[in-house]
Amino acid sequence: MIYLDNNATTAVDEKVLEEMLPYLKGEYANPSSMYDFAKKPAAAIRDARVKVRDFFGAKDEKEIFFTSCGSESANMAIRGVLNCNKEKRHIITTKVEHPCVLNTYKYFEKQGYEVDYIGVNAYGELEVEELKSKLRKDTALVSVMYANNETGVIHPVEEIAEYVKSKSPETRVFVDGVQAAGKIPMDVKNTKIDLMGISGHKFHAPKGIGALYMKPDVRITSLIAGGHQERGLRAGTENVPYIVGMGKAAELSLDALKYEGTEVKRLRDKLEAGILKNVFNARLNTSVSGRVPNTSNIGFEYVEGELILLHLSDLGICASSGSACTSGSLEPSHVLRAMGIPFTALHGSIRFSLSRFTKESDIDYVIEKMPAIMDKLTSISPFQEELQALRQRKQH
Amino acid sequence: MWDYSEKVLDHYRNPRNVGKIDNADLIGEAGSLACGDSLKLYLKLDGEKIVDAKFQTFGCGSAVASSSILTEMIIGKTLDEAKEITNKDIAEELGGLPQEKMHCSVMGHEALEDALNKYYGGKYNNTTVTNSSEKVVCTCFNVTENQILEAIKINNLKTVEEITNYTKAGGACGRCKGYIKDILETYWGGVNKTEKEELTPTQKILKISKVIDQQISPELQKDGGDIEFVDLDGNKVKVKLTGMCQGCKNSQMTIKTFVESILKDKVDSSLEVEQV
Repeated sequence: MIYLDNNATTAVDEKVLEEMLPYLKGEYANPSSMYDFAKKPAAAIRDARVKVRDFFGAKDEKEIFFTSCGSESANMAIRGVLNCNKEKRHIITTKVEHPCVLNTYKYFEKQGYEVDYIGVNAYGELEVEELKSKLRKDTALVSVMYANNETGVIHPVEEIAEYVKSKSPETRVFVDGVQAAGKIPMDVKNTKIDLMGISGHKFHAPKGIGALYMKPDVRITSLIAGGHQERGLRAGTENVPYIVGMGKAAELSLDALKYEGTEVKRLRDKLEAGILKNVFNARLNTSVSGRVPNTSNIGFEYVEGELILLHLSDLGICASSGSACTSGSLEPSHVLRAMGIPFTALHGSIRFSLSRFTKESDIDYVIEKMPAIMDKLTSISPFQEELQALRQRKQH
Repeated sequence: MWDYSEKVLDHYRNPRNVGKIDNADLIGEAGSLACGDSLKLYLKLDGEKIVDAKFQTFGCGSAVASSSILTEMIIGKTLDEAKEITNKDIAEELGGLPQEKMHCSVMGHEALEDALNKYYGGKYNNTTVTNSSEKVVCTCFNVTENQILEAIKINNLKTVEEITNYTKAGGACGRCKGYIKDILETYWGGVNKTEKEELTPTQKILKISKVIDQQISPELQKDGGDIEFVDLDGNKVKVKLTGMCQGCKNSQMTIKTFVESILKDKVDSSLEVEQV
């Protein structure tokens, strides 16, 4: 199997699993308990918190809160901030956020909040000047994702945070960092970002664990009422094995960042160049340099994405698509639509996302197989004249 | 990952009768590139018999499979026999389709219908629904009232969600969902009218209270609100909105488009709901 869907989820690193196993077997004590047996899990959580602190580039491990996933981190940040600051009723976010963020703002819109959704240009880059122009005195929250899950485009969150704080110090800045974590270096202590959420399973920890970074002066309400865990902001007995796993994954990913930026990027670039060269109806949906190194989004014109995925899957290749048919809804990707990707390529857009476990032979195999798949699938398409024109243009 | 039948897998992997018939006698089309799937169906006739059929499809696995199996189903049939084929037959022939993918079988049927309409000079229409209309209901996917009525009739559809699965209508912006509900109510109201018996006022109150508790209240609670049934005065249902619904600027809309339409559907079509 060739797994090129690492923005959806990643394989658990063997070393992560090894680190977790003792806490799934003998070391089952509740870390809050007052006997020696509880010392080891309690220490393991402290250790993991330090590792995740370093991963974020945060100043203090007290700024790290463990959650169950990226969606929970986002909900905790957004709802927490807005509930603590009820007189401010304006929010700025982007059109290309993850549904866990967008749908939370949709909820607040129903409650009477005013939300500005900032668009992106044809390359998927955020309209930063437009965002700046929307900032108001009563803006409670500015919320921008670090990197987009579909295109990999990195948004200038540090610059945005800097600007927001210079104009409106009380406005909070939340960054959904899920798709940046483990792909590019993060250094929150030297930014004005107030809160940032991440998800463990996007960087080789298991599913079911996330974290929220929060600066010490930020006040939020908790989503889950209960005990004192996570400094009273996220009640519930700590998920010790998964917290340990995320700590280890954070440590390993931090070490591998340089590899991500060089080798993973080289393989991604090779994949893009190879497909563009060999497949006549392929176009890059974005090619900007400011992308996370592992992500590529390629549109195959006049062919539908799910059909491409099914044929890739028959060859053991896993990727994903922004097509309507795969999203569960009937509409194609809101991100690609915000970029204005033409209909001819929109429905046939495929995202390949690599990881540090992607091999050169994986990439070679996809480059080798893609032309035959496209020859077969374009032959089924009713748009033969348009395809013929594309073929000729490619030859010239 | 969809749970596709073996037959669907076989037909998207090895589609039969792909391509174009150069001197086709009939060509049927359905769907569009913008909407994410489209189908062109070519038929070759000998008298009134379909002797060859080919297709070209832009669409997902189940769209290709539906088109492919449709060509197999119609080759050798007379036009009269082909007329009887519905989307349900296509889906059944494929060993079933996931609910969310039923619209693929509908697209196959629409292309066939389009071709047959050309043969019969537009006079052929599979629907026997009265007052059929070409009025567009869903502007996102360009679905007409006629297409919705036909899908209701053939597949015995009862909910807006089912209509979306079968025709795509309401699947994008969702603004036409109220309209679709009206179409459903008109259709089933017309069919069921005689079966509905007159309720006594006590029975009516009990029924209203049950519908509010079981179907309306849980929905409003999802948004942090709730509803209380206060009184029934003739045909006027008096209710009180509570929680988040209270003072919400959309509350009047909630009352009319949501509460009233459910009560009309489930209890009595003459009911009117008002807030007290």
